[in-house]
Amino acid sequence: MTLIDLANPSKFLSLTARVLPWLAAATAIVLAIGLYQSAAAPDDYQQGATVKIMFIHVPNAWLSMLVWGVMSLAALGTLVWRHPLADVAAKAAAPIGAAFTFLALVTGALWGRPMWGTYWEWDARLTSVLILFLMYLGLIALWRAVEDPSRAARAGAVLTLVGAINLPIIKFSVDWWNTLHQPASVMRLGGPTLDRAFLVPLLVMAAAFSLLFVTLLLAAMRNEILRRRLRSLQMMQARAFSSEVDTGSHEGNAPKPKFGAA
Amino acid sequence: MTVLAALIRRDIRIAVRVGGGALIGVLFFLTVVVLMPFAVGPDLALLTRLGPAILWLGALLASLLTLDRLFTADHEDGSLDLIVMSRTPLELACATKALAHWIAAGLPLIGATPVLGLLLNLDTRSTAAVALTLLAGTPALTFTGMIGAALAVTLHRGGLLLAVLVLPLSIPVLIFGVAASQAAIAGQSFGAPFSILCAVSLVSFVIGPFAAAACLRHGLD
Repeated sequence: MTLIDLANPSKFLSLTARVLPWLAAATAIVLAIGLYQSAAAPDDYQQGATVKIMFIHVPNAWLSMLVWGVMSLAALGTLVWRHPLADVAAKAAAPIGAAFTFLALVTGALWGRPMWGTYWEWDARLTSVLILFLMYLGLIALWRAVEDPSRAARAGAVLTLVGAINLPIIKFSVDWWNTLHQPASVMRLGGPTLDRAFLVPLLVMAAAFSLLFVTLLLAAMRNEILRRRLRSLQMMQARAFSSEVDTGSHEGNAPKPKFGAA
Repeated sequence: MTVLAALIRRDIRIAVRVGGGALIGVLFFLTVVVLMPFAVGPDLALLTRLGPAILWLGALLASLLTLDRLFTADHEDGSLDLIVMSRTPLELACATKALAHWIAAGLPLIGATPVLGLLLNLDTRSTAAVALTLLAGTPALTFTGMIGAALAVTLHRGGLLLAVLVLPLSIPVLIFGVAASQAAIAGQSFGAPFSILCAVSLVSFVIGPFAAAACLRHGLD
């Protein structure tokens, strides 16, 4: 089973139909474990119970960048290999990524209010994540502005790759600019500085959110493939109808007006 | 080289003639800056403090307004297809077109800055700082905006979609442009934000032509 075998949408549909229930079940189980562990995690000695926002905020923030990374790979798939499912994946991933980014911003604001005393601060990381959110919205707007999916796919792929420049800026913004947002404490050289009591639930939650993303992405890709089939069926039907009307009026027994070119 | 020089000469000549619209940008810049005192009130001290930000915002919006013209007219009369099919690498042709566009539409904005600085009660030093940062930063606006212009022309959609796609990419230029001019006015270290601004411009010289050429190559039919 290689990537090229999936190029056949029917094969992809039958495979995902088998895989999706298992993925959904795994997501639910891991999410339940993660939520239980987050609830059972001790309060922070400085932050109190608000530290638990971290278990939602950090996975969302990671996913917001991971989704753009996946979309960049899909964009390469569109431009370089012309893989037929790559643009489906890119289109389906954009709203999911926008949702993760939005949740990261909202939970961050809710966490910032008790900790920093403000919902919003124009700090480097917050600003760069906000730009990421705007780019997600721009990409969705681009997909919605163009009727022809393959044309929109290539334009969107170029934009996705240009936007990928933002990812390292987000990742390293807390190291380059010494601002309000704290520097990385999990994915850093020399190992995480987070205590095990917080680290384990956080990683479980991150795994749960990643599973959630894969599940949602596959489901959205199925919907997109079915939607495109529906569109081409409708177009075929419209074409058949117009040619029927056309020939009818040529024979002179149909009083309907002529559509299309005679 | 002669091909590219001819392309520059042609684009500038078209831009400054009737229907070219290069000077519309300056007029728009002037109007935006004149509108600001009506919005924030004719408080000269406040205008002095906001001056660099107003000038930068006006220049950003003005360069966005003229971006639509970068490829649209050539696409309509078919010369864009000739450029795509010619033996000159499309990336170089795109870079040349962006350079010509910047000379025709970007440089007049910088020329207008001293006059507008007077309206905003900026002293000579502040105006010079803003003009210098605009000189370093507006090429980045043109070269990143070119990606949006290429997308818009291949999708047959201009206007708002172009603005939505280009504005997020131009935020870094705005941040460091305003930061550098504020630093120069306040007498703080001017070098750091200004070098980053120049770096952003240089990066856009590399990314912009390649991305725009990829758009045109994949998108035109």
